[in-house]
Order: sequence, then C-alpha cells, then structure tokens
Amino acid sequence: MAKSIDISDLDIYYGDFKAVEGVNMTIRARAVTAFIGPSGCGKSTFLRALNRMHEVIPGARVEGKVMVSGQSLYEPGVDPVAVRRQIGMVFQRPNPFPTMSIYDNVLAGNRLNSKKIKKAEADAIVEKSLRSANLWTEVKDRLNKPGMGLSGGQQQRLCIARAIAVEPQVLLMDEPCSALDPISTSAIEDLIHELKADYTIVIVTHNMQQAARVSDDTGFFNLKAAGQPGHLVEFNPTNKMFTNPDEESTEAYISGRFG
Amino acid sequence: MSVSAPSVKPPRRVGDRLFAGAAQGAALIIMLALAGVFVFLFIEGLPGLHADERIYQPATNFASYVGPLVYGTVLAAVVALVIAVPFAIGVALFISHYAPPRIAAPIAYVIDLLAAVPSVVYGLWGGLALGQATKPVINWLYDNLDFIPFFAGPPSVTGRTMLTAGIVLAIMVVPITTAISREVFAQTPRLHEEAAMALGATRWETIRLAVFPYAKSGLVSAVMLGLGRALGETMAVAMVLSATPIVTLNLISDTNPATIASNIASNYKEASPDRQAVLIATGLVLFAVTFAVNFLARLVVARSERGVTR
Amino acid sequence: MSTTTPLERDFAVSAGLVQPKLPRGAGLLVAVLALGVSGLLALLLGWNPVGGLVLAAVLFVIGFPLWSALLEGRRSAVDRLATSLVCLAFGVVLVPLVWLIWMVVSKGLSAISIQFLTYDMRGALAHGGGIYHALIGTLLVTLAATIISVPIGIFAAIYLVEYGKGNRLARVTTFLVDVMTGIPSIVAGLFALALLVLIFGPAIRIGFGGSIALSLLMIPTVVRSTEEMLRLVPSDLREASYALGVPKWRTISKMVVPTAIGGIVTGVVLAISRVIGETAPLLIVAGNTDSLNWNLFNGRMMTLPVYIFQQYSSPGVLPAGEVGDPPGYARAWGAALVLIVIVMLLNLGARIIGKIFAPPTDRRR
Repeated sequence: MAKSIDISDLDIYYGDFKAVEGVNMTIRARAVTAFIGPSGCGKSTFLRALNRMHEVIPGARVEGKVMVSGQSLYEPGVDPVAVRRQIGMVFQRPNPFPTMSIYDNVLAGNRLNSKKIKKAEADAIVEKSLRSANLWTEVKDRLNKPGMGLSGGQQQRLCIARAIAVEPQVLLMDEPCSALDPISTSAIEDLIHELKADYTIVIVTHNMQQAARVSDDTGFFNLKAAGQPGHLVEFNPTNKMFTNPDEESTEAYISGRFG
Repeated sequence: MSVSAPSVKPPRRVGDRLFAGAAQGAALIIMLALAGVFVFLFIEGLPGLHADERIYQPATNFASYVGPLVYGTVLAAVVALVIAVPFAIGVALFISHYAPPRIAAPIAYVIDLLAAVPSVVYGLWGGLALGQATKPVINWLYDNLDFIPFFAGPPSVTGRTMLTAGIVLAIMVVPITTAISREVFAQTPRLHEEAAMALGATRWETIRLAVFPYAKSGLVSAVMLGLGRALGETMAVAMVLSATPIVTLNLISDTNPATIASNIASNYKEASPDRQAVLIATGLVLFAVTFAVNFLARLVVARSERGVTR
Repeated sequence: MSTTTPLERDFAVSAGLVQPKLPRGAGLLVAVLALGVSGLLALLLGWNPVGGLVLAAVLFVIGFPLWSALLEGRRSAVDRLATSLVCLAFGVVLVPLVWLIWMVVSKGLSAISIQFLTYDMRGALAHGGGIYHALIGTLLVTLAATIISVPIGIFAAIYLVEYGKGNRLARVTTFLVDVMTGIPSIVAGLFALALLVLIFGPAIRIGFGGSIALSLLMIPTVVRSTEEMLRLVPSDLREASYALGVPKWRTISKMVVPTAIGGIVTGVVLAISRVIGETAPLLIVAGNTDSLNWNLFNGRMMTLPVYIFQQYSSPGVLPAGEVGDPPGYARAWGAALVLIVIVMLLNLGARIIGKIFAPPTDRRR
C-alpha cells in the first residue's frame, strides 16, 4: 500500500515569488521522513506541494517533478482531487468538521467516495481507523458526540483517523504537534511509530528533538538569505544528520547556534 | 453622564459636557423617534380598527379588510423568495468560491448596483417591459400546467400578474441576500475547507462538507432579511399589480390580491380621514410583521455567533 | 495517451492518479452544441430567441454533467453540475440588470432634452413638460433629510463608540438602530404623515414631511457606517492624545473624527443615494403637483420618484392621429434615467471619496 516519492528539481512559486528552489530527494516507503529548518524556509510549502494542496492558494504553481511510484503528480492529466485522496494530510491545528459527530468525522472521506456504505462496514472502518489512531478506547462510548468536544490532542488523533480511514498511501503531517501539550505530543509520536508499518509518513516539525525521535530520514531546509527562496541543504538518515552532518550549516542549526 | 463635583471647574469641562451631552442627546433622539413611530401610528391608526362598516368596503370590518392584504403581502414575498434564494446563493458561491479572485470584487460591486436601483425604476421596468415579456410564459404555463392551482388562469392579457410582481421583488431581494451569504461563505475557516480538500473532496464536496454546515444560520438570516425587504416593498408591487381584494393562489391572472404597502400607496391620495386611519392601521400591521421577521433573523444570527465562539 | 506505453499506463491506473478526464474546453464545446441545437430548433419551430436560450441552458446543464458522468464518474459529474448551476445563476441574475439599464438608457435618452430638464409640467399635455419641479423637489427634500439625519447619526455613533461602551442606553440604541433598518419605507411615510396630521390637521402635504420620513430611513445607515469607521480608529491614537492632556471632546473632534472622516463621508453619501430614490413615503406626505415649489414648509412638492410613478400611472393619451406609447411613459423613462444617473454618480462619488480618504488601517483589512 505504501509508496515512495521521488522529487526532482522542484521549484515552487507564489505568483512571481519563488518560495522553494531546486529540491531533489527520495522519500522512502514505510519510513518516517522529517523536514526541519527555521521558520519561513519553505518546508511547509514543500510538504503541501506533495499532495497539490498548495494550489489552493491563488497564483501558486510548481516546476519540476514529483513522482509517486513512477507516476508524475503534475502531469496535465492528473486530477489534484485524486492526488489528495491518495496522499492524506494532517494539519498544524486540529480541524475536525465542527458540525459532525466523531463517527461522521472519521467517515467523512469514505462517504465522499461511495454513496452507500453498509452500517456494519462503516462501523468496521470507524473502529479500525480509531484503533489505528490510538483513540478508540477513549471515544468508543461517545461516538455520536461532536468531534469539537474532544481535547486538542484527541482532536488531532481524530484528524489522523479521518485521514487514514480512506487508506491513503502517504500521510503528510504539517507540524501536527505544534498546538498540543507534551502528553498529547508524545501520544502522537507513539502513533507515528506505529503507523510507519503501513504508511509512508512525511512530517514537518519545528522541534529537532521530535525529528530525532520519530524519523528515519531528515531533510534540513534553509534560506540562503532573507528574501531568497528556501532550499534543501541536506538530506540524510536521521542518525547521521544528528551525529555527523555533511554540511556545516546543518551542524550549526542542530546545535542551536541559529534559528 | 457622571456627576462631577470638583469645587472649581476647569474651563475645558464645559466643552466636554456639551459634547457628551450632544452625543447622548442624539442617541435619545433615535429612541424618541422610534417611540414616536409607534405612538403616532397608534394614535392615528386606532380609529381605523373599529370604524364604521362602510369604511371597509367591500369588506365589513378591519380583520376582513386586512386579511386579503396580509395574504397578498405574504404571497408576493414567498413567490419572490422562492425565485430569489437559489439565485442569491448561487451568485454568492460564484463570488466566494468560483470566480477568480481578481474579478470577484468587481462582480460583487455589480450585484450591489442592483440594490442601488430605486424601486420605482424597478416598478416601471416591471410594468412596461417585464410584464409584456412574461406573456408567452404565462400562456405556456396555462396551456400546459393549468392543473396546478398557481397557474389556473385565465392568463393575463396585460402581463401585470402576481408572477411578474414576484419576479421584480425577487430581483430586488437578490442583492441583499447575496451580500450577506457571500460574507458568510467567505468567513468559513480556511482550516475546515483544507481538511475537506485534503481528504480528496472536489470543489462542490468541499462546499457541502465544510462551507454549508458552517454557513447554515448565516444563510437563514440572509433569507429572513430578504423576506423583510420583500414584505415592505411598496412601489414595485403597486406599479405592477392591478389589485382586487381577493384571496387566490393564482399567479398568472389579471385579478390579484394587493399587498399592504401597495394598497396604502394606491389609495392614499383619495382617502377620507376615516379611510386614512384604516390605512395607517394596516401600516401598523405591516410594521409588526416586518419587525417580527427582522427580529427573528437577528436572533438566529446572535445565537449562532454565540455557538461559534463557544 | 498515445505516448505512454501500456506498462506505464498500468502503473498510473493502479495508483489511481490519472483518471479519464474531459478535454480542455469541453464546457465550451457543449455550450456551443447546446446553443446550436436549440438555435436550430427555435428557427425551425419559430420560437422566440429567449425560449431558445432557455433551452440551450437546460441542454447545457444536462449535457455537460452527463458527459462527465460517462467519462469521469459520478463525483466529477456532480461537481461539474454544481459548477454549471452556479455559473448559470450568475448569468441569469445579470440578465435583468442589463435589460433594465438598457431599457432606461435607450428609452430615457430619447425623452431627455433641454426643455425636459428645465420646464415643469404646468399646462403640459401630450407634448412638452419636464422634470424641473421634480428635480428641485428631490434635491430640496433630500438636502433637508441629510441636514436632519447627519448630525443625529454621527453624534449617536460617537455616543456608541466613545461614551456608551456597552452601557444600557448604548445597547438599547444599537437595538433600535437595528429595528430602524427594517422599517418599511411606507411606514416611515405614514409616521411622518401621522405626525404632521396631529399638528396641522388632516389635509397637510408638505415637502418637509418627506424629509422627516427620509431621515428616519437615513439615520440607521449613517449610524452604522460611522460607528464602523470610528471603531477602526486605533485606540493608541486616543491614548496618545489623552497623554498630551487633550480633553476628551477635543480628542474626538480633532483626532478621532478627522481620522475616520473619509469613511464617514462615504457612508453619508451612500445613505443619500439610498433614500434619494424612495418613492412611497414621498407619495403620501409630499404629495404631487405639476408646478415648481421652492418652499419645503408650504404646499405640495413634486419629487423625481413620485414624478415617475405619476407619469406611469396616468400616462395620458397622444393626440388623435399619432401612434405610439402614451406620452407619460416617455417622460417616466426620461425621469428614471435622470434618477439612475444621480444615484450612480452618488455611488461613484462615495467610492472615490472612500479611496482618497481611506486611512491606512482601512486598507490593511
């Protein structure tokens, strides 16, 4: 089910402004890849380019290639809607649909795809997704309560359950813990470890310890100078990155000398 | 105003007092004016509630006089809303979610222009141009759908029908309802829309999943405010309809019920003082109805705002 | 598709990313087809062009999603149906606007002449006569309404923003302003009339009564827009002024109001443009007359909207031997054109004023 992603010479623009420049990397299947770097270096922009969510902003466009198991995402015939169905996304702040119950939130994506889901089948999907998101035991008695009533950490796990309910191949996470307390954060980190068995996971984080804890590979993004596009400085296995990076600026960032 | 008690007043306090007094006075004037509307309409309209039987011709008392008018008012407003609401929501969506952002603002301005056209001009256009143009439609409806009570006929020869009045009112309601719905749609949290899109929802599915549930109460109030406008509108109806005090569902014939407002406008000139009192009393009824509608609309908005902040 | 080998194609389908998609310009193609088919039918069966257009729209709304359903599947089809309906709704709403403007301009232009603008209707029959008295009446009545409502509206807004701060009177006033926005214009007219009748007796009809009715409609708009503008003035500005020892009323009059003046003026002009076309209240309090009257406090006074109504409802007849619309209709269209031009100029003026005076805080929004 999980797929790898190959990115070659990717440039991302907002109108005339080049936000990210010349990214090359291969994101491995069934592994966690983390992106770190100072604010505004384009790591979130890059992440959103992987499932064509950046197009939501008017004027945003991309040059270069993003290939998922041999298929380019930016070929003319490709439907961005289909791409997003295959490559799920979890956002910075938890965003369950406010008018829906926990149950309906999990099923939101599936309901789009097929008009009728049998009740038993729906129940099975909800239980499986919530179990995978480590949320089942906490909410199984109040599935029909609104999703907004949960705590922030629970809401975020609900969003993860919603994203994996449609069985995507890749799961993108844009700073999923930045709005959460330490306990919820560690719950999400545990979850990421477990999900790795089935999904290709890409996570953007501000927190270097988090990158070190959860990821197998790490990419470090930086700006050459203020006003210049962001670029990928170094992409290596996490172990190497945090012990013996190739680039000096990576070393400087990781050891906290800037950023 | 706070009572100040320093023994020696600095000279600038005078300016402050005058200014604060003027501001407070203005607020009080608004209060008095509105109270005045109620009181004067009441004093002048009260005799109209139980006047001599002859005054109410062809009806016999106030209730039977105002009944058909209320019916006509509501019928015209409902016809207008049935036509206007789908279009208003469509246009609002077009501006907020479909049109490229660069042209969305000018389009919104053009729709606002619809609201700036004086109602008497709508009436003129409705009576002289639109009415004529609806004749083939009316005939077609009568020929093919006359089993529906709305189209029972006989079809009008002048085109001045309830249907025409409803269309004109609908055109006047569209800009108001559009303006509010557009704002409500634009306020949908980006986060919810992105959540839907990240699940692979198409544009329409995103709107259904994230925008509509969020906008529901705003839409209700947009429709209610449009209803308020349609109920109170005078000239467009007075100029399109040739009214008779009857109660009918028929939308396409030459005999149509009048609305309260159009009835006042067309009868005021020749009215004797007794008759004037009756007309003022009907005005009071209209005021009460529109007040109730607007009040409900605001209640819905206020309640939903509380719900969102919670 | 011809360039991809079967193997590559397989991959793509398995990933589910490339799905059959309508070609670019498919919508245009269907639109042209729909127009062509219905145009042909309309010609053959002798329908009028509007019927043809309606059929074309129906064909498009059915045909385009149907094609999509066959090729792209149900979800895309529903999406395309929604898109076509939304765009269609927009197109249909434009029709009356364009139609109305076109009618007013084309019929109105032919009625307008120097005589039309400078004569009143005294002694005018089928030919001659003009709108001079109505134009003057409209300007006087609206001017008086503005003079009444602008100070009240602005001071009330100042009270709400600077003094009231959510106390009882402020809350009640906000509520009442809401109620006032919903007053039907004819009720405002009845109020003014009831007031005058109480004071002067039943037969009274004066221009000033119209001003009272219009100011009742104007005040809530002025209060609302002024309030909004005053709230945009940053509170640091007020505090800076207080810190310099400037008294409150001078802070408001010299600092707060001038900062917001552009928006306030815009709001006032928009309020004027809203009430200048009001008909119903003027019809019942200001009455109608054929001759010029400069005195707001004595005698009936004609106004443009009432003039339009008057000419429409009693259009008169052409002299024997002439054919065409009754003479009143042409006058009504001419007056409607003048009225619309005034309203649009006011609207445009409001925009320009808003642009010129817009404080930087305004633009940041």
